[in-house]
Amino acid sequence: MSELLRRLLFLPRQASTLASRVDDIHFFIILTTFVVGAGIGLTGFVFLLRYRRRQAHALTPHIEAPAWLEGLYISVPLAFFLLWGALGYRDYVWARTPPADALDVYVMGKQWMWKFAYPDGPGEVGVLHVPAGRPVRVLITSRDVIHSFYVPAFRLKMDALPGRYTETWFEAVRPGRYPVLCAEYCGVDHSRMRAEVVVLAPEAFEAWRARHKTQPAPGPGQVPELAMGVGARGPLAEQGRVVATRMGCFQCHTVDGTPHIGPTWRGLYLRDEPLASGGHIRADVAYLTESMMDPQAKLVAGFEPVMPSFQGRLSAADVAALVEYIQSLRPERPVPPAAQEPRYEPRAR
Amino acid sequence: MSLARAEPTMPEEHYLNSERGLWSWLTTQDHKRVGVMFLVAVLLMFLLGGCYALALRLELLTPEETVMGRLAYNRAFTVHGVVMVWLFLIPSIPTAFGNFLLPLMIGARDVAFPRLNLASFYLYVLGAALTLWAMLQGGVDTGWTFYTPYSTATGTDVMPVLLGVFVVGFSTIITGLNFITTVHTMRAPGVGWMRLPLFVWAIYGTSIIQVLATPVLGMVLVLVALERVAGVGLFDPARGGDPLLYQHLFWFYSHPAVYIMILPGMGVISEAVSVFSRKNPFSYRVLVWSTVGIAFVGFLTWGHHMFVSGQSTFGAGAFSVLSMLVAIFTALKIFTWLSTMYRGSIWVCTPFVYVLGFIFLLFFGGMSGVAVAVTSADLHWHDTYFVVAHFHFIMVGASLMAFLGALHYWFPKMFGRRYPEGLGVGTAVLIIFGFIATFLPQFLLGNQGMPRRYADYPEHFQPLHVASTAGASLLGFGFLIVAIYLGWALLHGAAAGRNPWESRGFEWYSASPPPESNFHEPPAFPHGPHDYARPGIEPEVGHAL
Ligand code: HEM
Ligand SMILES: [Cu+2]
Repeated sequence: MSELLRRLLFLPRQASTLASRVDDIHFFIILTTFVVGAGIGLTGFVFLLRYRRRQAHALTPHIEAPAWLEGLYISVPLAFFLLWGALGYRDYVWARTPPADALDVYVMGKQWMWKFAYPDGPGEVGVLHVPAGRPVRVLITSRDVIHSFYVPAFRLKMDALPGRYTETWFEAVRPGRYPVLCAEYCGVDHSRMRAEVVVLAPEAFEAWRARHKTQPAPGPGQVPELAMGVGARGPLAEQGRVVATRMGCFQCHTVDGTPHIGPTWRGLYLRDEPLASGGHIRADVAYLTESMMDPQAKLVAGFEPVMPSFQGRLSAADVAALVEYIQSLRPERPVPPAAQEPRYEPRAR
Repeated sequence: MSLARAEPTMPEEHYLNSERGLWSWLTTQDHKRVGVMFLVAVLLMFLLGGCYALALRLELLTPEETVMGRLAYNRAFTVHGVVMVWLFLIPSIPTAFGNFLLPLMIGARDVAFPRLNLASFYLYVLGAALTLWAMLQGGVDTGWTFYTPYSTATGTDVMPVLLGVFVVGFSTIITGLNFITTVHTMRAPGVGWMRLPLFVWAIYGTSIIQVLATPVLGMVLVLVALERVAGVGLFDPARGGDPLLYQHLFWFYSHPAVYIMILPGMGVISEAVSVFSRKNPFSYRVLVWSTVGIAFVGFLTWGHHMFVSGQSTFGAGAFSVLSMLVAIFTALKIFTWLSTMYRGSIWVCTPFVYVLGFIFLLFFGGMSGVAVAVTSADLHWHDTYFVVAHFHFIMVGASLMAFLGALHYWFPKMFGRRYPEGLGVGTAVLIIFGFIATFLPQFLLGNQGMPRRYADYPEHFQPLHVASTAGASLLGFGFLIVAIYLGWALLHGAAAGRNPWESRGFEWYSASPPPESNFHEPPAFPHGPHDYARPGIEPEVGHAL
């Protein structure tokens, strides 16, 4: 029954313990609404037929509602509304009270991406890995404007506010991949601010975590793109990827086009980069190499000067491999010119 | 001389022809002419907002870019929202029909402050011009809600729009004050409070909300402007401000404002149900007190827009309960209208089709309101298309139906002419059908998880979007037909006669169109405005059934 309703109402498959609670109250409200709506429609229809005007100057009896009927008109709907309100509030309190043993994750919204992190582990952009069957407490904040962390399959939503943390929690019921959307309008690319929750079986999650405690996570979508790039550029590029992973480049750079702490590597090679000091530079091999050794020399506009120098930490072979890897990251199609997007920047005091 | 086919004729002199020339209109102090000017202005705004609506729906036909880019889309939904909410829905029924009818309905010669009334119109035009000018200067991409910190940070030019809305707010306040004073001081002898037409009650309740709530809007717009220009840091957390403060202030105005949009419509329906059923309202006092109740409790529910904003858990519960209380008043009205038809003599003509549409759509719009006021359910629905569907059901499905119903019901009164009845009924059915086709899929989209204000979207949402866009084109087509036949009727329609609907409402005691001073002699109303149990004044000719 409830599976049928879920399909009829276009609800996504329930993927968290909250989802079935939210859906149950939803079904209760919808069914009552339709029963009463049908009653109203039918009554109106019968009245239309039965009391159709037959004669132009007809007079009608003067009828005043008896007080008891007015009372009934008030109390029956009110009883239903308050019942729904109470049932819903019970679940709402539940949804806003994380269990004590929950696993913590941090979520940060930023125009226009979601970043995730564990207290003890590296961050990820665009993908959040969590275990199934275990409560996860989500602490949410924003770096610029208000966003809203929304996982339809979990029936879960919570705003991300600059300057403060909000919290919520969920327990995913089965492994799978579930879209994360931004539900609070946040600018030009609001509709592109998407991410993914990857729910793993508990063992798989532990294995993933052990692996990623030491290794920074690659950016989203890296794996398939890399396969394509490497096929075209050969093993040296693959070696470059390994170097980049080892040196922690992916903590700041992505390979799927999203800007992160640093510029994305996707399509970087031979791109015209605007400089913070004004002017432009072509990202050729010389520039790429210089940026690894002396990152502050030519800073790309819009990014903080946070990249450390890798002088002395990268061998010549490493650099060659990295450059080859970056060259392999061609965009499939030309990058459209950047929109004139409005940006939230705290004003200088 | 064939008396049997006596065509009712237009009165020789009326407010439309008593003075001629554009200047006589622009300087008029006749509430009827001000009402007509407002009617023209809000219809233009509706046309503008409607064009944007169709453009938005077209863009959403495909998941990727269809006709405009993302920035253009964001600006378009902002224009659409600002124009529809502030320049069309809020002023529509009160300024157009309220101005025209309120004095007629209480037997007065004019409103209390005729000059102020004209000033209100010019303020509205000024505010609208400012807003639209800003929109044409490249546009604003904040949405009609101007949420901070986005609105204080965006590179688009928000200031002129804030100023425009601010000025329109003054127009609203002035009109409200004018109506309140008029109702208090200018009722004809015998028109006691409990004998006021229900439309007057509705406009009175609306005016109270307007006067109490709009200043808060003005204040919050000033604060946003200060934040943008001077960086005072009220909403900016980097300076110790609170990003949620804005939402509280904004919804403290804007929740009552949604009732500014619907209460006048409910007044129209209360009138029309009674007229076209030829029955007294099932419970006059319920219709009056629920109006007062909505005006009051409407101020206490703003927090239900913020269930996932990080407000306290307890606060959410409190706002949820208060929202349930305000819903009751609407439920009461629906049951009362329905019961009014009981043992009546029902005439299904164009305005009444809109009445039926209104009641049905208000029911679903209101129930979906209750649904989103259920805190846990709102976790899923907040800021999705479910909410979009909810408020369009109420604002388009109900307020707009009431507006169209009012237009058709009072058209003979205002212009002394009749429109083709068959075409009217057919188009009303088409519009209601088109409406349902447009917005029903949006409830399902919301369920599926489609957030609002998305220029593009994941592919699996597409089928429902296509359905919605198809419905929207039907709806637009319906409006076009209405515009055509009403325009035709304005010039060539048959003369309506004084009271073509055989209404007992006080406004029909004067000629149609009314003379400049409303009544040739001081009016005496022998019975109540909704009394169909005793013979009353009859029109010159009976209508065809
Ligand atoms: C009768 C006239 C009503 C009108 C004109 C109306 C209009 C609106 C509008 C315009 C919005 C959207 C605001 C936005 O842009 O975010 C909205 C949202 C909402 N309405 Fe209504 N509404 C009405 C009745 C109700 C009722 C009776 C209830 C509940 C008992 C209700 C509950 C809500 C809630 C909870 C939201 C926020 C939903 C969300 O954002 O998650 N409304 N309404
Ligand atoms: Cu967003």
